[in-house]
This record gives sequence, structure tokens and C-alpha cells, in this order.
Amino acid sequence: MQALLSEYFPILVFLVVAVGLSVAFVALAWLVARQNPDSEKLSAYECGFEPFSDSRHRFDVRFYLVAILFIIFDLEVAFLFPWAVALGEIGAYGYWSMVLFLGVLTVGFIYEWRKGALEWE
Amino acid sequence: MADFFHTLGAPIRWIVETFLWLPEPFQYLLYIVALVLAIILPLLLAVAMLVYAERKIWAAMQMRRGPNVVGPFGLLQSFADGLKLFLKETVVPSGANKGIFLLAPVVTFSLALVAWAVIPFDAKLVLADLNVGVLYVFAISSLGVYGILMAGWASNSRYALLAAVRSAAQMVSYEVSIGFVLVTVMVWVGSLNLSDIVEAQAGGFWNWHIFSHLPMAVIFFISALAETNRTPFDLPEAEAELVAGYQVEYSSMAFALFWLGEYANIILMCALTSLLFFGGWHSPIPGFMETIPFTDWSAGWLWFFWKIFAFFFLFGWIKATLPRYRYDQLMRLGWKVFLPISLFAVVFYAGLALALGKI
Repeated sequence: MQALLSEYFPILVFLVVAVGLSVAFVALAWLVARQNPDSEKLSAYECGFEPFSDSRHRFDVRFYLVAILFIIFDLEVAFLFPWAVALGEIGAYGYWSMVLFLGVLTVGFIYEWRKGALEWE
Repeated sequence: MADFFHTLGAPIRWIVETFLWLPEPFQYLLYIVALVLAIILPLLLAVAMLVYAERKIWAAMQMRRGPNVVGPFGLLQSFADGLKLFLKETVVPSGANKGIFLLAPVVTFSLALVAWAVIPFDAKLVLADLNVGVLYVFAISSLGVYGILMAGWASNSRYALLAAVRSAAQMVSYEVSIGFVLVTVMVWVGSLNLSDIVEAQAGGFWNWHIFSHLPMAVIFFISALAETNRTPFDLPEAEAELVAGYQVEYSSMAFALFWLGEYANIILMCALTSLLFFGGWHSPIPGFMETIPFTDWSAGWLWFFWKIFAFFFLFGWIKATLPRYRYDQLMRLGWKVFLPISLFAVVFYAGLALALGKI
């Protein structure tokens, strides 16, 4: 536990320093530069005319689909990471188990491909 | 850690010795902070100089001169740009969610820096030698999507939102194949530690993973281009259709943080390419540089920096050469080409590693 802490403590310090540095950058620029806002300057950039509506409008559902597919495959990668390190110990049995697992996922991948989930015309 | 201390030498030792009167835990904390700054400050300097170098590279490829006014040969151009941005007004649009709007560049920049905590610059020259180093870098680079989505959503601007959604979809698509490529290297080495991965490539360039993993290295590098939103995958900032992408409402240092973070990420991807496939800090022909007198060019970190610069040059070369992909082509390449190939490669390399008894 002690060794674990001493390994990760520098990362915590790194995170604090990095966040502190970036907050300081933004805050100092805010303080140093002259702030002179007006309503036109603060309006959203829209090529010269007023925005018709709130910009959080609907967008293509395929972006959502990509996010779902990403979660499936990223979880798969997360399973593969410990397997890759332990492969020397679990040997051929572990290897073929993972091939079976990847095979099942490949069937799903072929299904979504054939269904057109990966099409962006 | 101790070696890191000795390599950085006099300045850090002086700082630490000046504060010797402090109680023990504070000294340790101060020592860590000094090490962290010893990574961050050269990194920011490197970003400034590499941006200048890249502009010179593009200029040379287009038969222009590039920046040549500020300082000798324009060397101070990036610092002038930084100072100018620093003195600009911070515009926060009235329709924006102010908290998230200002948090987004902080998140992007911090994450781009934090990933460097586990990068080994030389043998033992690493801040945190995690046994899960690859997983850490992978996780941090995945989090990078949040900064972009926050920026795009909080800006409350059409361009920013569209660019952020595009960028997020693109980054997650290519992250999947990056993950599989990392697994093929890990089954080969049998470790998640970046130093172990580099040590497995010791003893000359013929041991580098580029020869055993050539298709994987190509997929990794192209995915790195997509992951950092660079040409030919720079759709999020396609200036002809989305003006500047998710950064369109940003100004002053908030904008500069995105820009610094982007380049810190690009250098990180160059560093990862050289660590995973090109032997990291190892010299291509061990013992060759030592035969040249009057030099200490054989230093490992110097080799590492040369390799990073070579890949950075490749990034710049690609940007100067290639046109932009269409979005459907980009998604097709990621999901229908790279994903099946890298998925198959995981099975192939794991089987080969078992058959050859490498692990």
C-alpha cells in the first residue's frame, strides 16, 4: 500500500500543479487585460446575423450510435488489457477463451455492419 | 527517482537545499513539485518552439519564408503570439454557461499535461514509473474528449456544438483501434509498464517493434493523427464550414490553453509512437555514437527527443501535403478498416507470442 501511494502521489501533485497553472493563466489574463464587453461582442458568432434559436438543437442520431458502439469496443479493450499481461501465465487455455470471446463480439460487429450502423452515406 | 534528481542536477538541488529547514513531508512535497515543474516548463517551451518549427516547415514546403520578423530568424514568434493572447480581452459570450465555458480549456490543458507524468525520458528518468503506464496514458487521452464536449456545449453556438460532436465521435472511433494496437504491443512484451516496453526493444534498431509490428505502427500513427484532430482528419476545425470548430467563441488565454493542450497532445502522441515502436531512448546502433570523440550525443533522452522531433516533422509534413477527409470516409476508415484489422491483429500477435514462447 505504501509503495502504491508513493507511486501515485507524484501524479496527484502533477494534477494539482497542472490545474493550478491553467487556472492561473486564465485568471491572470482576465486581470491584466482590459475588459470592455458590450452586448454585440458577447453575442454568439453566427456570420453576422442574430441566432434564430438556442443552439442546442437536435443533431444526428448516428453520433449517439457511435458513442454506444464505442462503449462496447472500449469495454472489450478494457478486458484485453489484464489478459494481455497475464497471457504468459494462463497460456493456451486463456488464449482460446479470449478468441472465443472476441469471436462472439465479432459476430455482433458483423451484425451491426450488415444492419448499416456504420454507414455515413 | 534518485537518478532523475541527479540528472536534473544543480538547480533543483539548490532549491531543495534552500528549503532544508522545512519539516520532512514538506521537503518531499517540494521535491515532487520541482520534478513536476521540471517536466511542465520544458514541455511548454518545447510546444512554443515546435509551433515555430512547424510554421517554418510548412513555409518551406510552400516556398515561403515563414515567421522571420520577431527575434533572430523569427525564433521568438511564438512568445510574441503568447504575449499578445495574454493581453487580449477574455470574451465570455452572454449565452454561454460561464462556469463550464471557462472550465473546458482548463480541463483540456491539464489533461494534456498530466499524461506526461508516466513518460520515461531515459532509463529510470520518469516521474511516476507506474506498472500500468500504458493504461494510464490511454485513460487520460480518453478523458480529453470531455474538454472538447464541454467547450462545444457551453459555448451555445452552432459551430462550436457541431464541431464538438464531430470531434468527440471521431476521437472515440479511433481510440478503439488505438486500444487494440496497444494490446498487440503488450502481449509481445508482457507488461503495461512503458519502461519495460522500451527495454524490450534494447540492443539496436533491428529489435525495435516497428519491424515486428509494422502494420500496427502505421495504424497507431494514423489513429494518432485522428485522435489529435490533425490533417487529414481536422474536420472539427474545418475552417471553411465550421470557422474554427469548438474554439470559435474563445479568446485570450482560454483560447491559448486549447492551443497549448493540442500541441502537448501531439508531442505526446509522437513520444508514444517512439516509445512503443521505435525503441524510445535507445540508440539505433548501440555504441556507435560513443566512438565519435568530444560529444555526449549518446545520451538516451537526446535520442528520445530526436525521435519525437522526427515524428513531429512527419505531422507537419502530412499537414502541408494532404487534403481533408470527408466525414463518411473518416468514419469508414476507423470502423470498417482499422477496427477489423486491429481486432484480428490482437488474436494474431497473441497467438504468435504464445507460439514463439515470448511470454
